[in-house]
Amino acid sequence: MGDNQVLGKKFCSLREDSNLEGQLPIFNLDLRGYNLSKIHQNTGTLILTFLYSMYKFNIEIISFLEKVNILNEISHLERFTEQEYKYGFVTDIEADEIPKGLSEDVIRLLSSKKAEPEWMLEYRLKAYRAWLKMEEPKWANVHYPPIDYQEIIYYSAPKQQKKLNSMDEVDPELLKTFNKLGIPLEEQKVFAGVAVDAVFDSVSVATTFKAKLAELGIIFTPFSEAIREHPDLVKKYLSSVVPVTDNYFAALNSAVFSDGSFIYIPKGVRCPMELSTYFRINAKNTGQFERTLIIADEGAYVSYLEGCTAPMRDENQLHAAVVELVALDNARIKYSTVQNWYAGNKEGVGGIYNFVTKRGICKGINSKISWTQVETGSAITWKYPSCILQGENSVGEFYSVAVTNNYQQADTGTKMIHLGKNTRSTIVSKGISAGKSNNSYRGLVRIGKKAEGARNFSQCDSLLLGDRCGAHTFPYLEVLNPSAIVEHEATTSKIGEDQIFYLNQRGLSTEDAVNMIVNGYCKEVFKELPMEFAVEAQKLLSVSLEGSVG
Amino acid sequence: MIEIKNLHANIDGREILKGINLTVNKGEVHAIMGPNGSGKSTLAQVIAGREDYEVTQGEILFNGKNLLELSTEARACEGIFLAFQYPVEIPGVSNTTLLKNALNSIRKYRGEEELDAMEFLTLVKKKMSLVELSEDLLRRSVNEGFSGGEKKRNEIFQMAVLQPKLAILDETDSGLDIDALRIVANGVTKLKSPENATIVVTHYQRLLNYIVPDFVHVLYNGKIIKSGDKSLALELEDKGYDWVIEEAAELV
Ligand SMILES: Nc1ncnc2c1ncn2[C@@H]1O[C@H](COP(=O)(O)OP(=O)(O)O)[C@@H](O)[C@H]1O
Ligand SMILES: [Mg+2]
Repeated sequence: MGDNQVLGKKFCSLREDSNLEGQLPIFNLDLRGYNLSKIHQNTGTLILTFLYSMYKFNIEIISFLEKVNILNEISHLERFTEQEYKYGFVTDIEADEIPKGLSEDVIRLLSSKKAEPEWMLEYRLKAYRAWLKMEEPKWANVHYPPIDYQEIIYYSAPKQQKKLNSMDEVDPELLKTFNKLGIPLEEQKVFAGVAVDAVFDSVSVATTFKAKLAELGIIFTPFSEAIREHPDLVKKYLSSVVPVTDNYFAALNSAVFSDGSFIYIPKGVRCPMELSTYFRINAKNTGQFERTLIIADEGAYVSYLEGCTAPMRDENQLHAAVVELVALDNARIKYSTVQNWYAGNKEGVGGIYNFVTKRGICKGINSKISWTQVETGSAITWKYPSCILQGENSVGEFYSVAVTNNYQQADTGTKMIHLGKNTRSTIVSKGISAGKSNNSYRGLVRIGKKAEGARNFSQCDSLLLGDRCGAHTFPYLEVLNPSAIVEHEATTSKIGEDQIFYLNQRGLSTEDAVNMIVNGYCKEVFKELPMEFAVEAQKLLSVSLEGSVG
Repeated sequence: MIEIKNLHANIDGREILKGINLTVNKGEVHAIMGPNGSGKSTLAQVIAGREDYEVTQGEILFNGKNLLELSTEARACEGIFLAFQYPVEIPGVSNTTLLKNALNSIRKYRGEEELDAMEFLTLVKKKMSLVELSEDLLRRSVNEGFSGGEKKRNEIFQMAVLQPKLAILDETDSGLDIDALRIVANGVTKLKSPENATIVVTHYQRLLNYIVPDFVHVLYNGKIIKSGDKSLALELEDKGYDWVIEEAAELV
């Protein structure tokens, strides 16, 4: 940008002695409020381009912010938060619950309620025992009161035992809920090209278009059903990407996961429609522990959409999902998320804790996994969709828009682990912070010893609305192969007064002007989303930032 | 159309405009000339409603309405258009997106129906030829990576689409080569009608060979120190500004 002004340099601490396996990071860069212009490291061809720039009006903007009330005026904060969470209603359905608390007995009960085979129970118990020995991570740049795991209900299912054969048999109350959420569950809407596996609290209640997919050999089914009907696939791939003991929340999920989606695309099949699951957290005090496993066999392609809403509640609710993706030779998986969970009220009370482990492995040659996420909700988000690039020439992508407002905290980013030759990864992260929120990007790019010719390009941009919010960028780099090329760009900007004035002068209100600028800022990510999702994402963005500019 | 009376404006407590009086009627073209730093852009931006400037005295009437009470966007919707001296880049927002939203926002304000995509496109195509802009600039992000000349032509193109009542061109000629200058000037001339008015801000007279002004004003140190017809512009070209400034000083 012509208008950008490069600020002063900050530090870049190199720890070259830490080449020991598993010791991270070599670089630890804290870009907070500073500029790192160009750093060339001579060991290998590691090129780092750190551009941290701010709009020309950086200095003037502060007085402008006060004048035009970008965000930090109490009245505006109030106006924003008066914007009630649209999806805050509770469905009155009798639930079948296990009493709160966690123990081996609870896990046994849960497993038997789900009529699981013995191996599954064993898997859960092993995970539980491992979890007991683990400690909750404290390193993410987020703060929250301790979670009491004995206060959580680990199983809650709508009381509906009968197996469903058609949509007509689904509880009308449930259908009403889904309709309120705008989920295209009815078949005619499904013709638009979205097959929906709806997860209501813990049990999948309806799966559409299963038959059509089955013709192609595609398996798209609730996880609990996959355990019963496709045990070999589940056994082969479950925890093959996210080991049970990978992290605290993954271990917990492995012990108690309730349901989720299982997808298998057979060799050479291109899934003809976007597959989609809408998660909804309904029952009080239930933690949500979904499990998603997507396998794209050789030459297969699938695009998966994940959307989430939760009703408004005072108690913080835990959401600790695990998503595993496996792409074999020449397979491609595109995973898109639009997340607008309840973020808590203006005092920061309530809201969802979203601690999610998402990871994909490009196991085969020329395979590709692409994560696209638009995160506008949750009180706390802690999430790093990652790619393990094992197959030669495999490609990992991460496109992210994370919006935080009020007291929201987001610590999100990605990990790109390059193991195979000529593997490539692209990271585009767009953070938008408003109110008193905190938005951190944390990304790891690791180039293994054998990753000859690996390339990474990272671009991490932060946009600040107001001056009480924070944006932090923590890129970690570990490069063990000297032929690798790693590039990183980071910018932090504020919406320019001159941009708003320009658009005002063309007849647009300040609100519209900000929306336009923010949408333009996110364009690179939005263009990665499937059409309907992109439209949805733009709407969500303007709702999330409503009233954030005077 | 616009009546500016004894206008004083400050920025950061420093007075930049020190009592401007100017009346522009329908169908007229006024040129405002003056050395750098005399307050020409400030006047343009105060009319458009930039909030950095504090109006301390005076008033501006636009078709009888008190302009100073209106927001920037309301002024735009009333029909004021400012072609910026330094057009702003808006990454990721295409020229068409901006124009379609702007046009419809203005139409809505005036109680007119919004244009649909087809009608809009037809209009845009027609106006584009006025300034000889290539279609690919339409899809590109607003002013991003545009050359200086393209930015200025883009301003005139936007003006053509938005069809303002009063257009203020702030140094639209600076940075243009002679061909671009001719294109821009032709565009402006074609858009002229007995119903609208134009204020051309410049410190060269060469633009005025193409856009012939009815009145020429010299702005110096926040005041209009001399007004005349187009011959004044030629005289300024010839003799510079010093004699006008001296003349004005003697009057004080
Ligand atoms: N944003 C600003 N902050 C401080 N001073 C300004 C600002 N804008 C203009 N000025 C000052 O106001 C005076 C008039 O500027 P300007 O209106 O741009 O003049 P012109 O367009 O005639 O060259 C100059 O002395 C300039 O330095
Ligand atoms: Mg100027």
